[in-house]
Amino acid sequence: MSGPSTYNPKSGFEKWIDQRLPLPRLMHDTIQTFPTPRNLNIWYTFGGILTFCLAVQILTGIVLAMHYVANAGLAFDSVEAIMRDVNYGWLIRFMHANGASMFFLAVYIHMFRGLYYGSYKAPRELIWIIGVLIYLLMMATAFFGYVLPWGQMSFWGATVITNLFSAIPVIGSHIATWLWGDFAVGDATLNRFFSLHYLLPFIIAGVVGLHIWALHVPGNNNPLGIDVKSPQDTVPFHPYYTIKDGFYLCLFVIVFAGFVFYAPDFFGNPDNYEQANPLVTPPDIVPEWYLLPFYAMLRSIPNKLMGVIVMGGAIVTLFFLPWLDTSRVRSCRFRPLMKQFFWALVVVCVLLGYCGSQGVDAAIAGIPLLWVARLATLYYFAFFWILMPIIGLIETPKKLPASIAQSVLGDSAAAAAE
Amino acid sequence: MAAVGVAAAAWPFIDQMNPSAAALALSTVEVDLSPVAAGQQIVVKWRGHPLFVRHRTPAEIDSAKKVEVSSLPDPLARNANKPETASAADEDRVIKPEWLILIGVCTHLGCTPTGFEGDYGGWLCHCHGSQYDTSGRIRKGPAPENLAVPPYAFLTDTRVKVG
Repeated sequence: MSGPSTYNPKSGFEKWIDQRLPLPRLMHDTIQTFPTPRNLNIWYTFGGILTFCLAVQILTGIVLAMHYVANAGLAFDSVEAIMRDVNYGWLIRFMHANGASMFFLAVYIHMFRGLYYGSYKAPRELIWIIGVLIYLLMMATAFFGYVLPWGQMSFWGATVITNLFSAIPVIGSHIATWLWGDFAVGDATLNRFFSLHYLLPFIIAGVVGLHIWALHVPGNNNPLGIDVKSPQDTVPFHPYYTIKDGFYLCLFVIVFAGFVFYAPDFFGNPDNYEQANPLVTPPDIVPEWYLLPFYAMLRSIPNKLMGVIVMGGAIVTLFFLPWLDTSRVRSCRFRPLMKQFFWALVVVCVLLGYCGSQGVDAAIAGIPLLWVARLATLYYFAFFWILMPIIGLIETPKKLPASIAQSVLGDSAAAAAE
Repeated sequence: MAAVGVAAAAWPFIDQMNPSAAALALSTVEVDLSPVAAGQQIVVKWRGHPLFVRHRTPAEIDSAKKVEVSSLPDPLARNANKPETASAADEDRVIKPEWLILIGVCTHLGCTPTGFEGDYGGWLCHCHGSQYDTSGRIRKGPAPENLAVPPYAFLTDTRVKVG
């Protein structure tokens, strides 16, 4: 995709193609010879895993759309028909439903990895920003998809999320009506959500293309966070990382299959096996697990508009990350202070998720979860807007190794290999 | 000129999202009040939303009237049958004091509150803990406004038309 190409067409046919549409050259340079740092660890295999997740979701989704009926009167029954009557329908639907959870699990690991190793820092700012955009598109797609089975959680989840827009002063209620196509979530809403749920994954695929394109300009970051200085520091992507990515993908698929076959409703909510009823709200409305931290933030603010702003701000903050970090060192391996605050952030995000999963009046060891969520929300924002800029300035990083090769092979071996 | 052309071409694609003629046509409903005894509430569907029709007891009316309007989080009536500036006093929330008719949509994020629950004897929304009194006014929790009163008119003493 960038840099000098090493593709060498052999046959006359390959030369003929290369002069007209150099697609084989593109593939050769991006997934075969692409020079990749030799020290990438397990956490760098999630890019490949995420591509796999997207492919699984699109494939199973296209199949489900062949049997699903996007109509408020028929949707719930058509999903039950997929589960009971369609050949292997249960398998394909459970792959799709659990696939969404696995997709988010992988994307959260991928994002925290980027955060830990400073992969968002120059010259990789756009990779990060495009990544946050993909994350937003994923959340929208998952939300639309969760509405389609037309169960109680589908319906009331859609109601609560679309009502977030009604917090906007003056035009808010008009926006909500416009989104619904009615005066409440209903048949019109279901139809448009189905249309968008089918569209967005292909938009995601396109934006993933940009993400990888932007990645292949500076090349991969690595756990040391130092630049590649010589060919000694890299290995060709194939076979080294195709094998490594493939191995960890297999482990990931084992976990995925474990859920699909042994605990297919682990991430689901029993209320969603009850058909949507616009007159009765279930006693406990809970979003899917991957949205719980944001839900906890929303609930922790006693004012409607401010709650919505804080929740949106938590995601918008991520776009500014490359400029909030003032450190000259990328990787937390060499940032003793930042490392601690990073792990505190991980704990805080999990804690927010827990708070979001509990009822409004719940308490832990006598402390109301409302206040736990408030403090956790405060830490989340303080981490990005206060701690990150300050720590970068006051922290003394550890000494960086001279090169990736020296760090991996030791001084003498690196010298001998020169 | 080009911008006007683009906007004109885009408008049909934006406006098609708004409620269709069929959705607009379904916007009135008639309710028979005779089976609803004092202290009961029925739920009717209107414009896809639940509609609370509550036959209030004298005690419930009294407790609603006693509240100082200045102490309420939302001081406006939110009543489609009164001027927009009408206050949230109980008289401005109803046409006949014994009949409280409300859109059963929590003004926070649209859940349906449960009747006869919460500290104020009105409604409690289980989603995020908003509490309404026996006049459907917000008293506690994240909801910003009182439960809305839809446009309605009494056709006879026991028949009401909403919408």
